[in-house]
Amino acid sequence: MCLAIPARIEQVNGADNAIVNLAGVRKEISLALVEDVVVGDYVIVHVGYALQKLDEDEALRTLALFAEVSELENSSS
Amino acid sequence: MKYMDEFRDGELAKIVAANIAREADSGHRYNLMEFCGGHTHAISRYGLSDLLPSTVRMIHGPGCPVCVLPIGRIDLAIRLALEHKVILCTYGDCLRVPASDGLSLLKAKARGANVRTVYSTMDALKLAQDHPGKQLVFFAIGFETTTPPTAAILKQAQALGLKNFSVICNHVLTPAAMHAILAGQGGERLDGFVGPAHVSTVIGSQPYEPFASDYGKPVVIAGFEPLDVMQAILMLVRQVNAGRAVVENEFTRAVTREGNKKAQALVNDVFELRDAFEWRGLGTIPLSALKLRPAFAEFDAELRFDLQYHSVPDHKACECGAILRGEKRPQECRIFGTVCTPENPVGSCMVSSEGACAAYYTYGRFKGMAVVAA
Repeated sequence: MCLAIPARIEQVNGADNAIVNLAGVRKEISLALVEDVVVGDYVIVHVGYALQKLDEDEALRTLALFAEVSELENSSS
Repeated sequence: MKYMDEFRDGELAKIVAANIAREADSGHRYNLMEFCGGHTHAISRYGLSDLLPSTVRMIHGPGCPVCVLPIGRIDLAIRLALEHKVILCTYGDCLRVPASDGLSLLKAKARGANVRTVYSTMDALKLAQDHPGKQLVFFAIGFETTTPPTAAILKQAQALGLKNFSVICNHVLTPAAMHAILAGQGGERLDGFVGPAHVSTVIGSQPYEPFASDYGKPVVIAGFEPLDVMQAILMLVRQVNAGRAVVENEFTRAVTREGNKKAQALVNDVFELRDAFEWRGLGTIPLSALKLRPAFAEFDAELRFDLQYHSVPDHKACECGAILRGEKRPQECRIFGTVCTPENPVGSCMVSSEGACAAYYTYGRFKGMAVVAA
């Protein structure tokens, strides 16, 4: 139910409407729930509505976190 | 796809799995509940439990709106569609949930009811505009993720002055369910929660703070991709080891402490708390669901059609209740995978792909079975 997918904003039409690109599929979505969305932003799309913008810097930080080998190993090696 | 593929990387998963194995204290059992069905699905689909040490046990929570919806609510929708001859729209997940008299919305459709699946509330509104001579009722279900789109469409219906559009509101609240679980008999043994992903994009991380401060249970909000879940488990193990209980956020790319204020304001404009709402498995929980505010009364299908809710017990053999409370696993239900399958579900947890039973059936029902030479 809470399934939502990240999609890139391709075109903003007026205040509350945009076209996103979902892996090559262009789809019209509503921007009624978000603010300050511009072309190129990635948003989480849920039942046709953008729910939140995705923060690229935070995503990169999280990916870097996955690659961190835990300190316990460092101390034992 | 960006923001998906990189969060499913197998090599990174090995690193996180090794970190968990190294840090999970072999003398302690970690009982962690993933609240959301989305997490349950990811754990099953990507075989995450195989990457965890035996001391870390994932307990599946009630965060699947189709699963927690009691039979009596589906009955309301079926009655509306069959007796009042409305066009009944809902999200696809609801159609196959078994209800009273051997019916489901899908079977009601086979009997001639006008039941439609919609992808979005916008599609429901469009259908109402296209059929001005018919009453259209949207059967709205979902947690805080799915509530703002219902609020947005009700505002629009009001602005358009639509006279043939109304909503049966079944929107429920995550923190209320977490409180109910912690107050129940299984609450004590939980060591922490993997917190919701998309619910939290809307409500933020702040509403979980009482679970850490008052109940002493760590909460780590995690995205729905497999690496997100693994990292959140590692963060929970670390909190348990250190004797800490705070709310941490692994899903920082989409969740802030405050959440989506615009969506919250919209929900608050349209909805107010119900005094109580019945949940499958968790019973009747006070202040755990939403209803339309008096200003939107004309769009409330329960008022428009004078619908009376009647509580209906689950099928006797069905263990959905205990599974939703985290007290039983799907395989412990004696009709799991035999009488009850996704093709012919007896309980709601076998219907939605986020349901614990459906996830186990689809991805794990042969796990642990002895391999015998032909």
